[in-house]
Amino acid sequence: MMKARVYVTLKKGVLDPQGKAVEHALESMGHQNVTQVRVGKFFEIEIDASPEKAKEQLKEMGEKLLANTVIEDYKIELG
Amino acid sequence: MHFSIIVFPGSNCDQDCHYLVKDLLGQKASFVWHKEKLLPKTDCVILPGGFSYGDYLRCGAIARFSPIMQDIVKFAEAGGKVMGICNGFQILTEAHLLPGVLLRNKNLNFICKNIFLKVSSQKTPFTQALALNSVLQMPIAHMEGNYFIEAEGLEELQQNSQIVFRYSDEKGDFTAESNPNGALENIAGICNKKGNVLGLMPHPERIAETLLGGRDGKLLFESLTDL
Repeated sequence: MMKARVYVTLKKGVLDPQGKAVEHALESMGHQNVTQVRVGKFFEIEIDASPEKAKEQLKEMGEKLLANTVIEDYKIELG
Repeated sequence: MHFSIIVFPGSNCDQDCHYLVKDLLGQKASFVWHKEKLLPKTDCVILPGGFSYGDYLRCGAIARFSPIMQDIVKFAEAGGKVMGICNGFQILTEAHLLPGVLLRNKNLNFICKNIFLKVSSQKTPFTQALALNSVLQMPIAHMEGNYFIEAEGLEELQQNSQIVFRYSDEKGDFTAESNPNGALENIAGICNKKGNVLGLMPHPERIAETLLGGRDGKLLFESLTDL
C-alpha cells in the first residue's frame, strides 16, 4: 500500500484573493511582517500499487482531476 | 427542436431551462440524468446552473467525469450545439470544451444581481440573430465567475471572435464598475472556435418573461430556434 501526498498550488502570477484575505487577517492578528500568502490544496491518497505504477497513476490524477493545470501546479510525494 | 437538459446531482436550474424551452418556446425538451451513457436524439444540449457535486474540489471538476459527458463531448466535436449556463460554463471549461477557467470572484463574495451584457460576437447560433453590440440585461448568481485565460489564449479568443458576452454598463461601456467579479476583459461568455459551444455565467433562463422582470434571456433561444 503506497501512501502519497499531493500538493496543489496556484501558478505564479495567478491572482489569489483568498491568499490576500488570509494575509490581511494575519496582519490583523499582529503579524505585520508577512509579505505574501498563497492558498493551496493538499491530498492524502492511499493507493494499492507498486511505487512505479502509483507514480504513473498519481500523475494522471494530478493532470486531470486534482489540479486545474491552467492555473495550478501539482507536486507528488510518495512513501 | 429538441433540447437535452443535463441534470447532475446538485444542478438546480434545470427546471427553469425546461420551462423556457418547452412552455415558453413550445420546443421539445427532455431531462437527461448525468449517469446516462448516451444522449437522446437531440439538437441542443443545455448544461444548467447549480452546484453540481456541491462544487467540491473545483466547480464542475467532478461533473466533468460524469458518464454522460463522454457523449456530450462527442456531440460537441461533431458540431452539436451546447449551451453551458453558470455551473454549466464551469463544467465546459473543466471538460476542455471551452478554454480558460472560472476563478473565485475577485471580492470573494457570492454576487447575485442584475447586470448588463454587451453582445460581442454573432459567431454562435445563440447570438446569430442578435444585433452586435446590443446590450442585454440578465441576472448573475455566482461565487466563481471570474473568467481567466493566459495572454496567448486571450489573443486567440479575440482573433476568432470567441468572446460572446462582456459585462458592460447600461450604455454598453466596459467600465470597472460594470464588472461584477473581476473577469478578464469583462468576459461573461465565450464560445469555442467553431461557435457551436457557448458558455456564459449569467442566467438567461431567469429573465425569459415579463413576469420575471425582462425577456432578454429568451432572445438567445429564439436566435437558435429561428434557424
